[in-house]
Amino acid sequence: MARVAMRGLNKMYDDVHAVIDVNLDIRDQEFVVLVGPSGCGKTTTLRMVAGLESITGGQISIDEKVVNELPPMDRDIAMVFQNYALYPHMSVYDNMAFGLKMRKFEKAEIANRVKEAADILGIQDLLKRKPRQLSGGQRQRVALGRAIVRHPQVFLFDEPLSNLDAKLRVQMRVELKKLHERLGTTAIYVTHDQVEAMTLGDRVVVMRDGRVQQVGDPMDLYNQPANRFVAGFIGSPAMNFAAVRIAAENGSLWAESADLRIKVPAPIAPRLGRYAGMDATLGVRPEDLRIARDGDANDMSFDVAIEVVERLGSEILLDVAAGSTSMVASVEPTVTAKVHEKLRLAINPDRVHFFDNQTEAAI
Amino acid sequence: MIEGAPWRRWVFFYVPVTAFVVSLLFPFYWMVITTIRPDSELYRPWSAANYAPFWTTRPTLEHIRDLLSETLFSTWMLNTMIISLAATAISLFCGLLAGYALSRLKFPYAGLIGTAIFITYLVPQTLLFIPLADIIRNFKLGDSPWALILTYPTFLIPFCTWLLMGYFKSIPKELEECARIDGAPRWKAMVYIIFPVAIPGILSAGIFAFTLSWNEFIYALVFLSSPEQKTVPVGVTSELVRGDVFYWGELMAGALLGSIPVAFVYSFFVEYYVSGITGSVKG
Repeated sequence: MARVAMRGLNKMYDDVHAVIDVNLDIRDQEFVVLVGPSGCGKTTTLRMVAGLESITGGQISIDEKVVNELPPMDRDIAMVFQNYALYPHMSVYDNMAFGLKMRKFEKAEIANRVKEAADILGIQDLLKRKPRQLSGGQRQRVALGRAIVRHPQVFLFDEPLSNLDAKLRVQMRVELKKLHERLGTTAIYVTHDQVEAMTLGDRVVVMRDGRVQQVGDPMDLYNQPANRFVAGFIGSPAMNFAAVRIAAENGSLWAESADLRIKVPAPIAPRLGRYAGMDATLGVRPEDLRIARDGDANDMSFDVAIEVVERLGSEILLDVAAGSTSMVASVEPTVTAKVHEKLRLAINPDRVHFFDNQTEAAI
Repeated sequence: MIEGAPWRRWVFFYVPVTAFVVSLLFPFYWMVITTIRPDSELYRPWSAANYAPFWTTRPTLEHIRDLLSETLFSTWMLNTMIISLAATAISLFCGLLAGYALSRLKFPYAGLIGTAIFITYLVPQTLLFIPLADIIRNFKLGDSPWALILTYPTFLIPFCTWLLMGYFKSIPKELEECARIDGAPRWKAMVYIIFPVAIPGILSAGIFAFTLSWNEFIYALVFLSSPEQKTVPVGVTSELVRGDVFYWGELMAGALLGSIPVAFVYSFFVEYYVSGITGSVKG
């Protein structure tokens, strides 16, 4: 059990600045997910915590102890790799026991701990097998078992589910969550999959180009994205964006373009005041669009033409075009809209986002 | 496999394969048949009525008996075995460490050093024996097994290093990283994880090194002079060819017996050997 703190963390490869000024405080027992597109520095950050990469600048501490110069074995961490990294010449039992043997545990204690971990993961029957005789999901469990037998202070996960097929991935995701509930060990988890990040993380750290974009619990990221990148990255299907110009008229603000004209809702109007006469980006999630009814105010809706209808069962995704702006709307499965039909979409006024075009920050 | 009509299979598969196998195995057959052929048949003129070069009606072991009793062949075998094993052991040990370091450790000029080692392998032995002879003389090692045990690694170490470097690179580095997180310092990760996983590569390097030393000729010819110090290839060719007299039966018996250990080593490890050359490790 431990806290992990990163202070002004930097990593330079020859001429690539892979991780830039990362500050992060991970609480005891917390499950933190680092998420971002490939090359965003999330894996490098994790490997610096593990001690597999040297730290160019800043410091990392685990349980209040600075570990910058500590070799991996002395950091009391366990890591699960994307390709599992099981030792191919050892049985499952020996794979799980290796870390304990290296740390000179008594034989009986090793046997106890391996049995305990095998029970938790349901792999008691596999202990005598070699890794090549296991399926992907079983290997994954062994890799987890190898991490938990050591009772480390921190678990590090480097995209552990990405080699599994879609169904198994969902199943293992749930098991990982349960495992964390049960063990309560601090965990740092790296993934490029925002669904994994949202479902697993107590808090999610979104990274891009080596920088932290936003840190928060999953619903904060979803409801109040700090910038356009986070807004587009979190949520599926992704948030719709439209280029608009902010105009002041009769004491209220309007977001307008050739394709649509929306009244800026009163609660966020003060923040947009200084953008009057300037360009900005309007953002609205597919699930915050609905088909307009007769009584709807005209200033929160706009005309679109349907281009594609995707029926997902629980919802229907309408790919629509408002002039030259493409959008996706998520509507109830009872809607009978067809391709090429024209209809009017209304925006949920409480859930409109605006982003600065220069800084991409949320307004 | 070749698809289609049977004649295609004959033309493109069976015939070429048979030709290949026959041309490869014929020298060995010739070696065996000459070994067991009595001298009276061996030196029969080709114009004789009963001239039959491809078989014999009266097989004999007298050449093998002569070889073992009249020459120092068993001493040569022993010399060759000791020298080959020692040179292979030294080269494998150095090659393992160097190959691991060059493929896994980050240090300045690693690439340059790797290339430099490879270049030393490219220097022909026919040139290198001249300076080496001088060194052997200065260290007073001439005419002793040490002359070969210490010079064979000059070409075996670069060879082993490069072969093992390639093999180590095919092992996922996460295996080692995981071991280091599990609590193994680098040398333990190397000994407990990387080396066992690299066994096919290590065996291949060992077999190759052993064969190269077993068959080596020029250093053995130059650095050894007294008959009781010689190795099989040099002993057989220098002691059984006297002037213009070739003791063909004994020569071929020596070649036959001399190739048995190598054939034995190959057949014993052939599976590892193939996967060492072609394969990599799956996690």
